Amino acid sequence: MSVIAEMLSYPFLVRAFVGGILVSLCAALLGVTLVLKRYSMIGDGLSHVSFGAISVAVAAGWSPLQVSIPVVVLAAFFLLRITESGRMRSDAAIAMISASALSIGIVVTSLTTGMTTDVSSYMFGSILAMSRGDVWLSAVLSAVVLGMFVLCYHRIFAVTFDESFAKATGVNVSFYNTVTAVLTAVTIVLGMRMMGAMLISSLVIFPALTSMRVFKSFRGVVISSGVLAVVCFCIGMTGSYVFSTPAGASVVLVDLAAFLLFWLAEMILRKRIRWQPLKPGGKRTPPAGGVQTPKNARKWKTMRPEGEHAPRSAGERKQP
Amino acid sequence: MSTLITCRHVDFGYENHDAVVDLSMEVDEGDYLCVVGANGSGKSTLVKGLLGLIKPMKGELTVAEELRRTGIGYLPQQTAAQKDFPASVYEVVLSGTLSRSAAQSSGDGGTKKGTLAARLRPFYSPEEKRLAASCMEKLGISELKNHCYRELSGGQQQRVLIARALCATSRMLILDEPITGLDPSAIQDFYRLVRRLNRDEGVTILMVTHDVAGVVSQANRILHLQQRVVFFGKPEEYRRTAAGRRYLGGEDR
Repeated sequence: MSVIAEMLSYPFLVRAFVGGILVSLCAALLGVTLVLKRYSMIGDGLSHVSFGAISVAVAAGWSPLQVSIPVVVLAAFFLLRITESGRMRSDAAIAMISASALSIGIVVTSLTTGMTTDVSSYMFGSILAMSRGDVWLSAVLSAVVLGMFVLCYHRIFAVTFDESFAKATGVNVSFYNTVTAVLTAVTIVLGMRMMGAMLISSLVIFPALTSMRVFKSFRGVVISSGVLAVVCFCIGMTGSYVFSTPAGASVVLVDLAAFLLFWLAEMILRKRIRWQPLKPGGKRTPPAGGVQTPKNARKWKTMRPEGEHAPRSAGERKQP
Repeated sequence: MSTLITCRHVDFGYENHDAVVDLSMEVDEGDYLCVVGANGSGKSTLVKGLLGLIKPMKGELTVAEELRRTGIGYLPQQTAAQKDFPASVYEVVLSGTLSRSAAQSSGDGGTKKGTLAARLRPFYSPEEKRLAASCMEKLGISELKNHCYRELSGGQQQRVLIARALCATSRMLILDEPITGLDPSAIQDFYRLVRRLNRDEGVTILMVTHDVAGVVSQANRILHLQQRVVFFGKPEEYRRTAAGRRYLGGEDR
């Protein structure tokens, strides 16, 4: 307890705590839909783009946040469009874009200021990165993300589970995809300087993957992801203070520990329940006249037992 | 018996090529229509067109008023992501009622604000929950309510998705290659189920399938598509055409 009180006596640590908790909460919630839609790598790609944008901004003497947020939002749009149009494999596209952005950032930095500690802190994060403005921005961001998840929860579920069905029933799928991409972009830019460009994507994917081990409903996974993200972040930050380790890496290690713990829990649960095949409810008639294969398909019609009826046009067909 | 969908010389397609050309057909209430054809023959494009996801490039597509209001129930092809999706059966089935709530609020002549309020409800209404429960009852999956979707067998997953589609509408179902990945006995179960829905519940069925031999004995209409319509009519006649013989194989050499 005294450790926590000691930590909270430093204003910059309070800022890091508040900002970090909000950012990891947003990342975890958005991460559930991203992971389930197989967009896990988008977080990684966007963080590298963000690194490139920040390096350029610093070299040119612009404000890092004002440059990188629009650039990363644009990149998010672009990545989604590639994925949706299906013209290129999305994983390949993301790998290409992230490597290019990283190289641009590194070349620009080495040509101007040189590879200094600044670059290293972008790569692996710095606990000093959260400014007062960042904390406010993350508060606004998490209000938007939480609001979206509470109010549009069912639509988010529908879009995540089955885009084609959602589209057919009149849900504006591309609107939800775009909003998700924009919010993810902002989350990543905000969290990147604290967690590091190399590590921020773990905030997106770890909570969802961990929760999926144990929870079997979408609601359970969403709630558990949010709680897990906050708990893991707090433990990781405290650990990084106590052992003087980098904040980002410490949080990721706690995330990994949580994942292994949940995985173990899954194993134990599965063994104890002794999984058995589920029986469907309702009456189930045994297959009539044997299994139908294309070979005996025609014969099968004549083997239909009493209980089975022909479709509506039966009268038009010659009965055997 | 009223006509639900009428196509008159309709072309469906994308920017620079037509996938379906000069299609004329109609779907009547209570029909069991099977759409067959080779890969890339325009079957999926036709489905998208009927669902209103793409507009016809040419010709006239008429959808009955009642269908436009409630929408068409749709069973899409399963995606790989769904196979390990953590969701309870109940959650999946309930998500089918979304379109109904949207349709109701706009049908009331509600203002834009009204539909927005209907969209932003964090909870389902008791009526929607009852609807989902009755759909699950119909398909015999009530006992699976709290089970995880990814732990069900392929046949059970299909039942869940049909229940969801029935929540959207009970008038017409479009099934897009529903038997892919099912084992033979599950396929028979599935056909029996679809037949029961068609006969007892009066649900109009439009099924896209490769299993021509399996469905030719159940459907009352066959539409053979190869960009253009190769055949549209009764299955008995289809057996006699050259195209039908090629697909069905059988005794004529």
